[in-house]
Amino acid sequence: MSFPMTAMIDIADAKKTFTMHLQGGIELPVVSGVTFHVNPGECVVLSGPSGAGKSSILKMIFGNYRCDSGRIGIRHRGAVVDLATAEPRQVLNIRRSTIGYVSQFLRAVPRVATIDVVAEPLIVNGLARAEAQARAGELLHRLNIPERLWQLPPATFSGGEQQRVNIARGFISDLPILLLDEPTASLDAANRAVVVELVAEKKRQGVAMVAIVHDDEIRHLIADRIVDVTSFAAAA
Amino acid sequence: MADLDSLENDQPLLVSESLSKSYGRIAACRDVSFSLYPGEVLAIVGESGSGKSTLLQMLSGQLAPSAGQVSYRMRDGVTRDLTSLGEAERRFLFRTDWGFVHQDPAQGLRMAVSAGANVGERLMAVGWNHYGRIRDTASDWLTRVEIDIARIDDAPRTYSGGMRQRLQIARNLVTEPRLVFMDEPTGGLDVSVQARLLDLVRSLVAELHLAVIIVTHDLAVARLLSHRVMVMKGGRVIETGLTDQVLDDPREPYTQLLVSSILPP
Repeated sequence: MSFPMTAMIDIADAKKTFTMHLQGGIELPVVSGVTFHVNPGECVVLSGPSGAGKSSILKMIFGNYRCDSGRIGIRHRGAVVDLATAEPRQVLNIRRSTIGYVSQFLRAVPRVATIDVVAEPLIVNGLARAEAQARAGELLHRLNIPERLWQLPPATFSGGEQQRVNIARGFISDLPILLLDEPTASLDAANRAVVVELVAEKKRQGVAMVAIVHDDEIRHLIADRIVDVTSFAAAA
Repeated sequence: MADLDSLENDQPLLVSESLSKSYGRIAACRDVSFSLYPGEVLAIVGESGSGKSTLLQMLSGQLAPSAGQVSYRMRDGVTRDLTSLGEAERRFLFRTDWGFVHQDPAQGLRMAVSAGANVGERLMAVGWNHYGRIRDTASDWLTRVEIDIARIDDAPRTYSGGMRQRLQIARNLVTEPRLVFMDEPTGGLDVSVQARLLDLVRSLVAELHLAVIIVTHDLAVARLLSHRVMVMKGGRVIETGLTDQVLDDPREPYTQLLVSSILPP
């Protein structure tokens, strides 16, 4: 089976099992036979009930969870790299210049101002601080984070505000792949609409996205294709 | 920010090959191999007696291995076996291109001389002799580690634990080393003081593109600072990988035990 050369993500027969050594070594099958691909400019939404393995698949694509077998093909700087077997250094390179991850929760670094939390991915990739901060400000503005909060660390913000800071940080970079783990979970209608807009813009820029979205309406608005994760349920 | 992919960074800075140390019949450290690249932060985790401190001593040339070798790419680009270095060369490396942050600041500082002299001493050791420039650079570094310049003439024995540790860091970084060894740098500090120190170390490491080998038993420290982690037990490396991978998806029984022992925040 071969997918178009243009696929940004090409997963073939990936499998993940947890072995719980502290619980007498029981095996917890998570997913197996995970096979799908994502083209540039396409948003694939993973569907299935809680516990079906949606987040685990996202973590496997990010290299956060290891695969037992199979392949996680990622197009990185023009070549395909199998993330399932890549060296740590290579995974870090891929995360810096190819794959972004927008999680539900902000892992805030104490004492860093919101504007810098958002600008950091651009600065890491070599953009001048002033320019990176200007772009961060634009995004925070769109996501309705008032300017008086920008110089404060986000640790004390409300859950919804923190999530918007996280979204701004995730969407600011020009990475060709974005993984979205419930990006609209605790947002109000106005901010959900902003996220839908941001996703549409990324599509126009050719970004390949994989998303987990529980809200039916949002899913409808952003999904180009739905991959049902229950078909990858590992035989228990 | 330097580009991690550039040619310069494609060569390892330090390579450990089958490093072992035994004391009589007791093997403190067995067969440890890895490569460290410029700008990379490696955490060595494990409990007391796991061999992590012995390993750090060998990696930093302070303890001769029973077997194996450590090689280091010097500033001139030539990679040298540490044991082939003469005493003077090794000392020079320690004063210039390397730093070593001890758990107890009293081991890394001179407690009775002023903070400014503690920082300036390293500059003098590499040939600086202009008093004004040394003092300016020392004050600059005290500011960077968030020590009030008004305290520059005070001796570190009048400092709090957190300040001493920050001073030790300034003393180590003033010569712009490429590699810094850290042995439980937040070990004896209060939690709030730890957070401030970790945050400071994290930003300095990124800004200066430092390679760091940090020994810690605290997985939260490893998560915050390191790119990669090596888990040690009984003198062996039992698991290694990207830090978030090892901590979120630990494979070995012992690593699972360590991770499950962390109190939730």
